Amino acid sequence: MKKIIKITTPLDAEKIVKLRTGDFVNITGNIYAARDAAHKRFFELIEKGKKLPINLKGQIIFYAGPTPAKPGYPCGSIGPTTSYRMDPYTPNLLEGGVKGMIGKGLRSKEVIESIKKNKAIYFAAIGGAAALIAKSVKKSEVIAYEDLGAEAVFRFYVKDFPAIVVVDSAGNNLYETEPPKYRK
Amino acid sequence: MRKVKLSQITDKIKELFLKANFYINPDLIQRLKKALEEENSPIGKHVLQMIIENNEIASREEVPICQDTGLAVVFVEVGQEVHLVDGDFTEAINQGVKEAYQEGYLRKSVVDDPVFERKNTKTNTPAIIYTDIVPGDKIKFLVMPKGFGSENMSTIAMLKPADGEKGIIDFVVETVKKAGPNPCPPTIIGVGIGGTIDKAMVIAKKAIVRKINQPNKNPKYAALEKEILTKINNLGIGPAGLGGNITSLAVHIDYLPTHIAGMPVAVNVCCHAARHAEGII
Repeated sequence: MKKIIKITTPLDAEKIVKLRTGDFVNITGNIYAARDAAHKRFFELIEKGKKLPINLKGQIIFYAGPTPAKPGYPCGSIGPTTSYRMDPYTPNLLEGGVKGMIGKGLRSKEVIESIKKNKAIYFAAIGGAAALIAKSVKKSEVIAYEDLGAEAVFRFYVKDFPAIVVVDSAGNNLYETEPPKYRK
Repeated sequence: MRKVKLSQITDKIKELFLKANFYINPDLIQRLKKALEEENSPIGKHVLQMIIENNEIASREEVPICQDTGLAVVFVEVGQEVHLVDGDFTEAINQGVKEAYQEGYLRKSVVDDPVFERKNTKTNTPAIIYTDIVPGDKIKFLVMPKGFGSENMSTIAMLKPADGEKGIIDFVVETVKKAGPNPCPPTIIGVGIGGTIDKAMVIAKKAIVRKINQPNKNPKYAALEKEILTKINNLGIGPAGLGGNITSLAVHIDYLPTHIAGMPVAVNVCCHAARHAEGII
């Protein structure tokens, strides 16, 4: 098995450039969950030149909406949603200082260009492994847009959150490089 | 006539949605373990191990397998000798869904208006309900919490009869190829052929939850399932789309008689969890 690289949030260019497509990472620190509806609101604020409700500089956005936590659990089941739906909003957020994204699935050319330009990074978490991933969430709180229910913005304190580097800061894309090796 | 109270239906629906969200069916657990042996990619193996471990945690702790606890799809076969009393059939089903999603700490993922308001109904209702009237005095339920990562990758085509087998194979394989990592591979592919454009998709959806890799009874369709599965797994997409030789766990085809002028083909893609539960009253 491959070695797992431990990283902590917030991220900066120095940490990010060391990571390469295909690296297994365990992430520790705060990460922020936001999905479709929250992205739409972020985007509208940026368009109007207004401030976001949270400072996302150097932070990681996790495309996800958890199930409600069972009593005694810090968080419900939580795994990645499909990232492409956030693509129209992503370059703006990367320009604004977001450094990492955790999701699943393909990204647009514009997003990958923006990842390169802004020295950012895109991680995949394993879709449908939500009960397992939830074990790494130690603390969870809604910090914006509570009215959106499961689509609200959550701050999670995670310890050893399992992810894989899919698009690194040089723009290498595991979804393009790995499958051809197994194509027949 | 056998009388069945609608409150019994509510209770059964609730029980089944909780079960479907916490427990993977044993045939699928076995298939995933076999996939782990068959997978050649180290990353793919790592992903499959995580999926298997995830499913163990979910059932042991009764927590949802996936955070997308789905849109509630319900197939009901009502025996024609059943007399439903004390309530409204549709409301009874929706009440069962609501109770399961509230009491089971499942995510409410339904918005009321698909275009403009998109306001969460907070109950995960209304459910999508398909009802058939059948002989007998029993009511059979099949519930499927359907996640939208995979639903969004599903497709339909009105092929020409002349397109034949090859047209079907190309269309299904192309659908899976385009979906890539998005629908949480290794997927289960439900294919509905024939009927009308709408009915083709309904049988595709139901085909997903057939006992895994139980071939179609018609050997020609069984051979088609096998051929499509091989071609899909030759794409190299692999578990989580990160490369590998296991992209789909199964292809299940169902078919219906159709019009002389057409050959509808519906592809309903499902993630590796293929959550469902069945029950009888």
